[in-house]
Amino acid sequence: MPSPIAVKTIIRKEWAELYKNTLVLGTVVFLPLFLAALPLLILWASGDIMGGTAEAVGSELPPQMGDLCRGLSSGECGQLLIVSQFTLFFMMIPLFIPATIAPYSIVGEKTQRSLEPLLATPISTVELLLGKNLAAVIPAVLATWFAYAFFAIGARLLVASPQVFSRLFGPDDLLQVLVIGPLLAVFSVDLAIMISSRSNDARVAQQISSLVVLPIVFLFIGQLAGILVFNTLLTYILLLAAFFIDIILTYLSVHVFDRETILTRWS
Amino acid sequence: MIHTENLTRIFQRKGEPPLTAVENLSIDVRRGEVFGFLGPNGAGKTTTIRMLACLIRPTSGEALVNGYRVGEDNDAIRRSVGILTETPGMYDNLSAAYNLSIFARLYGVDDADAQVEKYLRMLGLWERRHDEVGEFSKGMRQKLALARALIHEPEILFLDEPTAGLDPEAARLVRAFISDLRGQGRTIFLCTHNLDEADRLCDRIAVFKTRLLVVDTPTNLRRKLFGRQVVFHLRALSPGLVDRVMGLPFVHHAESIDNKLLVRLADPETHNPDIIRALVEAGADIQFVGELRYSLEDVYLQLVNTPSTT
Repeated sequence: MPSPIAVKTIIRKEWAELYKNTLVLGTVVFLPLFLAALPLLILWASGDIMGGTAEAVGSELPPQMGDLCRGLSSGECGQLLIVSQFTLFFMMIPLFIPATIAPYSIVGEKTQRSLEPLLATPISTVELLLGKNLAAVIPAVLATWFAYAFFAIGARLLVASPQVFSRLFGPDDLLQVLVIGPLLAVFSVDLAIMISSRSNDARVAQQISSLVVLPIVFLFIGQLAGILVFNTLLTYILLLAAFFIDIILTYLSVHVFDRETILTRWS
Repeated sequence: MIHTENLTRIFQRKGEPPLTAVENLSIDVRRGEVFGFLGPNGAGKTTTIRMLACLIRPTSGEALVNGYRVGEDNDAIRRSVGILTETPGMYDNLSAAYNLSIFARLYGVDDADAQVEKYLRMLGLWERRHDEVGEFSKGMRQKLALARALIHEPEILFLDEPTAGLDPEAARLVRAFISDLRGQGRTIFLCTHNLDEADRLCDRIAVFKTRLLVVDTPTNLRRKLFGRQVVFHLRALSPGLVDRVMGLPFVHHAESIDNKLLVRLADPETHNPDIIRALVEAGADIQFVGELRYSLEDVYLQLVNTPSTT
């Protein structure tokens, strides 16, 4: 059973170091704000195109998308279709932020040669990795939720129609941000830990780790191209996939983080 | 306090031949002694410390540290030893006090803040406690690393090159601190290249080069390797004087260099008066008499460079 004191100590240490790293801190603060502000700007810009009925546009849309717009005016539908594409951004944030923080966390220990004294303490590998994992996951999840709340408040003010608002923040969307988001953050940290355990350079580890956002980018492109729609089924598939991949990756990251190999290879 | 029996570590990397870093190391380090571990670069000193501090596993053999078995009681060993690694390895962006408090908490120290204060004051870093370690000089960082190794009051301390790269003043401060630690009854396992430092601080030394060459007190090592030699400074060296001294039954060997007569014998305290008497009788004017003292460096080089030494 991991010691809460050890885990808490590692988290506090990581955050103290994170607070001093302006580049990483900037990413944690500004990326979510930017990704929340972007759909709000589009909402604001598209505010004056409302009018007409859904039937007017429904015939020009793929059937799945047409279903989304049932009962909305063409303007409302347009707004909904454009902005709903961007809710995927809120799944990119929990992937990207840990991919920025975690490589510094492991490779930073290497560059400062601080891992050996740390491993000489009675801390277990699980406690160490849990501390480092949570230190990256918690800011990522909080930043995502704050950005999403910011987006929700802004959207409520900018979207005239309560129908569009309720469809933008439906159960699937909440599930994506509140549940799948944290799972993706864990996925991203595990991957970053595995990569940085094998890497000697924080920048290289960070660059490789940041590729973790690619699957969401592909989903985003697929949705924009009308190939797929992020509906309830896809949400649940993603939820299950993220859950099981997290379990596998967490197990692997603990095993890849071989204290002895890291110490002797990094010396 | 530390006991090893045929401790061996072989590194095996893909595509490379196996590298034996430590081979059949058997040593006993006594409670409260400063044990010097000397050897050339790459001799396996750091690997030995890492095995004893449970950072890496031995390939074979066994080791007991403070009564706990390496590989089985690793947590208990980690709690009872402190380690000063070859490089300080501090968190540069964090303050000195915060650096220490991290380790105090990881070691489960009861009153972490008080313990941090105690060591910062003891090492003269209290006034700089809020400063980032990145701003510290090498000597200050080393002192902080020493404080970190001691923060949980370990009974055994592993020190890997504690004064390497320090200026003479900082090195002297660190040595004085280590000397104080010996006074507190801690067992200190000291790896160093500084032979003068080993000579001054260590009760016993082991000379090591992948395998153990010898263990003894510095004084005994000198005597075993070079015997005891007394040098007689004479005003002038007359012919036949060397032969006359060689004729004395207790003299093992005698030779002359310029106006000096070097005499090797087992017990100078007993036989020096007899030699002096013989020299005076032979008409020699003796200016000074002293024991020729070999440095630990002479001992070390003799051991390390002699292939057959075991």
